Amino acid sequence: MKEISELQFAEDVRYADDHEWARDEGDKVRIGVDDYAQDQLGDIVFVELPQVGDSFSKGDEFGTVESVKAVAELFIPMGGEVLAVNEKLEEAPELVNKDPYQGGWMIEIKPADPAEMEALMTRDAYIDMLKGL
Amino acid sequence: MRYLPHTSEDVASMLKVVGKESLDDLFSSIPEDCRVSDRLSLPEPLTEWELNEKLSTLSNAMAVSPDSKVFLGAGSYEHFIPESVSYLLGRSEFVTSYTPYQPELSQGTLQAIYEFQTLTARLLGMEVATASHYDGATALAEALLMAIRVSRKKKVAVSSLIHPYYRRVAQTYLHPAGYEIVELPHLENGRTDLASIAGMNDLAAVAVQSPNFFGCVEDLQAVGNAAHETGGLFICAFTEPLAYGLLKNPGSQEADIVCGEGQSLGIPQSFGGPALGLFSGRMKFVRNMPGRLVGQTTDLEGRRGFVLTLATREQHIRRERATSNICTNNSLCALSAAMYMSSLGGTGLQELARLNYDKSEYLKSALRKAGCTLPFDVPTFNEFVAVFPGGFDTTYQRLLERGIVAGLPLATFYPELKNHYLLCVTETKSKADLDALVREVTS
Amino acid sequence: MKETLGTTGLILNEPLLWEKGKKGRSGFSLPRRDVESAPIDESLVGEGPDFPDLSEVDVVRHYTRLSTWNFGVDTGMYPLGSCTMKYNPKTNERQARLPGLAGSHPLLPQSLSQGVLRLMFELQEYLAEITGMDAVTLQPAAGAHGELTGMLVMHAYHQSKGHQPSKIIVPDTAHGTNPSSAALCGYRPVPVKSNEQGILSTESIAEIMDEDTAGIMVTNPNTLGLFEENIRAIAEIVHGKGGLVYCDGANMNAVMGVVQMGKIGIDVMHLNLHKTFSTPHGGGGPGSGPVAVKDHLEPFLPVPRVVEEKGAYRLSYAFPKSIGKVQAFHGNVGVMIKAYSYILSLGPEDLKKTSQLAVLNANYIKKKLKDTLYLAYDRPCMHECVFSDKNQKAHKVMTLDMAKRLMDYGYHPPTVYFPLVVDGAIMIEPTETECKEDLDLFIEAFKAIAKEAEENGELLTQAPTKPKLRRLDETTAARKPCLVG
Repeated sequence: MKEISELQFAEDVRYADDHEWARDEGDKVRIGVDDYAQDQLGDIVFVELPQVGDSFSKGDEFGTVESVKAVAELFIPMGGEVLAVNEKLEEAPELVNKDPYQGGWMIEIKPADPAEMEALMTRDAYIDMLKGL
Repeated sequence: MRYLPHTSEDVASMLKVVGKESLDDLFSSIPEDCRVSDRLSLPEPLTEWELNEKLSTLSNAMAVSPDSKVFLGAGSYEHFIPESVSYLLGRSEFVTSYTPYQPELSQGTLQAIYEFQTLTARLLGMEVATASHYDGATALAEALLMAIRVSRKKKVAVSSLIHPYYRRVAQTYLHPAGYEIVELPHLENGRTDLASIAGMNDLAAVAVQSPNFFGCVEDLQAVGNAAHETGGLFICAFTEPLAYGLLKNPGSQEADIVCGEGQSLGIPQSFGGPALGLFSGRMKFVRNMPGRLVGQTTDLEGRRGFVLTLATREQHIRRERATSNICTNNSLCALSAAMYMSSLGGTGLQELARLNYDKSEYLKSALRKAGCTLPFDVPTFNEFVAVFPGGFDTTYQRLLERGIVAGLPLATFYPELKNHYLLCVTETKSKADLDALVREVTS
Repeated sequence: MKETLGTTGLILNEPLLWEKGKKGRSGFSLPRRDVESAPIDESLVGEGPDFPDLSEVDVVRHYTRLSTWNFGVDTGMYPLGSCTMKYNPKTNERQARLPGLAGSHPLLPQSLSQGVLRLMFELQEYLAEITGMDAVTLQPAAGAHGELTGMLVMHAYHQSKGHQPSKIIVPDTAHGTNPSSAALCGYRPVPVKSNEQGILSTESIAEIMDEDTAGIMVTNPNTLGLFEENIRAIAEIVHGKGGLVYCDGANMNAVMGVVQMGKIGIDVMHLNLHKTFSTPHGGGGPGSGPVAVKDHLEPFLPVPRVVEEKGAYRLSYAFPKSIGKVQAFHGNVGVMIKAYSYILSLGPEDLKKTSQLAVLNANYIKKKLKDTLYLAYDRPCMHECVFSDKNQKAHKVMTLDMAKRLMDYGYHPPTVYFPLVVDGAIMIEPTETECKEDLDLFIEAFKAIAKEAEENGELLTQAPTKPKLRRLDETTAARKPCLVG
């Protein structure tokens, strides 16, 4: 597993303390897990995602991500309704490892309360939090 | 004692290293009020020779072939087991190894179980099979729970012609979570009555057994249609897998889960256990399946090998959200079954199944000729129900004293079926045995 | 260079069954056909499965070769923590194969099955005596099955008292089967942390125990190899709020003849015959997981029960409060016969000696390796001890690498990455059947490996090299499962 200084943290997203990221895309928000999460999990073998149309409140479990020897729950950083899921992850779960902020995106939601984005950490604040772990 | 290699010198020198005065001192962290106060009250140890004698005496107090003729089936079947299978099963590398968590040291078990999964899937006509469960009853319980998980519905319909003990196990498993089991009655012809499920839309699954407890072959196509109409999964259970060497397998009849008992495949009856739970299903539900799975892969040098896989479904990773709590299963029995199936081969299995069918048909027709009624009018495999005249229980008891078990009285399980007996014939019974039975029961 | 236990040798490759064979070959002596072929409804007839046709020689070579790719207890030391890989006595196999026992039908009338029924009855008594509990069922097929049975018994007990709790306390050191068995019963596991000494404290239990908690699932000794010293006080707290104490008896090998489970507050527990009682592990079973209970839980045990009346034994279903059945028939009799034979071969003194020597062996290894490997809890252990890879991490070598390198040295690795409370856990359980010389060789091997970690870590990260295969790609196996051929 890598040192924090070796990991990449995208600039155009905000971070939740359990390592998901959220990107504001105008009328929708895209969500995934970050480089720290994929590095901790190791080779990802399966991602379980919700259905389009499912609704979640902030902090709800919206899916799971599996490596060979571990399962981690995914908690939604902002509440909303699922507009799209990344179907490529079914055939290629390794996208989460290789390209966590772009090709490895997981779900797109219509946010219930866009202000919840402000409560998420900025890149710098998140990196500080990781260093303290 | 030959399993305890430590000499008193060994013990003394090891105690010195550990810094303890005596073996008792090793337990000083254990409070006094937790201790055994006296010696364990158990029999004094036997020598190997005394043990042999004692166990032989117990063995002799049992009614088995060839001295006894036992015409019982009902979930446990007498079949010939080749000496080659028993011999191979004695290889201590198979017997004394652990679950193959370290694949580099367990390729023997892993390839053998992968082969077992494949042969089982082919036998049942399904896409994937697991590495084994405890027995047919628990495999069925797991199948019902899986259907409930997959469909998110809380009700299942179960045929009353599924083995009564399987149904009891299903009840035991489904009761605490509050799932509902609806029992389907049977028709006069010995098959399941599907009428009551028409129009239901809240079923997770519809389960039947074929051949069923009466030995009758169910109309699986009809069951499948009825099940799928309700939106539920079609679960087909079985207790005698040899039947599929002759009959169309449940996979070909659109079953979603096929599960049952594999004891007939080269496993000694052993008073009912250990047995072999077989479980198979569709790849699309594989991540919801209970039980271990062995998968093919390659090593660092590109060579073919096998590993336990999809382990995230299991208890050691998923814990309370696992698809099952199963850990140790019945691996050596699965190995036995694979050895048996590979010894028989595809051709041999068909011939053996046909022989079983023909022998039981012979008995059926001989009993009919001798005046007995066989109430259920549909095709059967190995087992069938015969009605003996009233007062037969005296004859039955008399035959027991001579070591002849003339079938299983059904009244305990189906109170309305007085004087009905479930008889089982396999390739182990000769024509002479069958003729003798007919004479005995009709005298 | 000194020769190690693990060496190279010629073993043979062997294809998959369906990659061999020829149509028309047979490995089976078909019984004589002495009846005519009977008519059959052709619409029911299938094509038969696509199985290869093999000769007896094909089959025997196939499985003989496969067996040479395996490592068993008979091959060498197998120090898997929590599994109790002790020697499997061969006389036990002979007894299980006796034709009267192996060939018997489970539904034989009572008068024709007194042999097995007597054996089962006596085994129940022996296990009750060894655990100090009041009643035993032999029906569960394995430890996890016993746990489920125990949970069902607890559930039935609470129901009979008119209320059903929704939670159960599960320590952080628990085996995964514990919470998964509890969940099958509808109980939500509530975690509790062990203290810095690696055991449960009364305060942490008192904090979370309430009337909506069915009880607690403890393992004693626990999975760190430590005796739960506060067990009696904990049991009192749990009982005080109407709960029950379940004990996972997987580690019973540490305490036979020493601890009386029945008097430390345990209400229900299971045993693993394939661990403590020497029945072979079989590559993954079959096992047997009898459950022992105190009197107040006896009515709920599964049916049938083996009862004795005037010297005759029978199976009785006359227990109206029973939870029902957990297996179709009466349990894994073939496995029970082996445990029964084991108990009769050892007797009370040597069963106690077994536990004493198991604990001695583990403490010996602990003492000798604690300067090499980081000892997670520096306290007296029972029959197993837990180290971690803390000392080796600096050299970029992990528990996994040490485990794989042990294979090259001729040992099956210990249990790794369990219990979860120790990062990179290495759990070593030698059992009592390993002699001092073999323990010394094992210790030497582990020290050599630790030295390699410092000087030449690649020997570990590239291990193993001597078994049939190198490390396997488990990622692809999980991403693209290929489960049938």
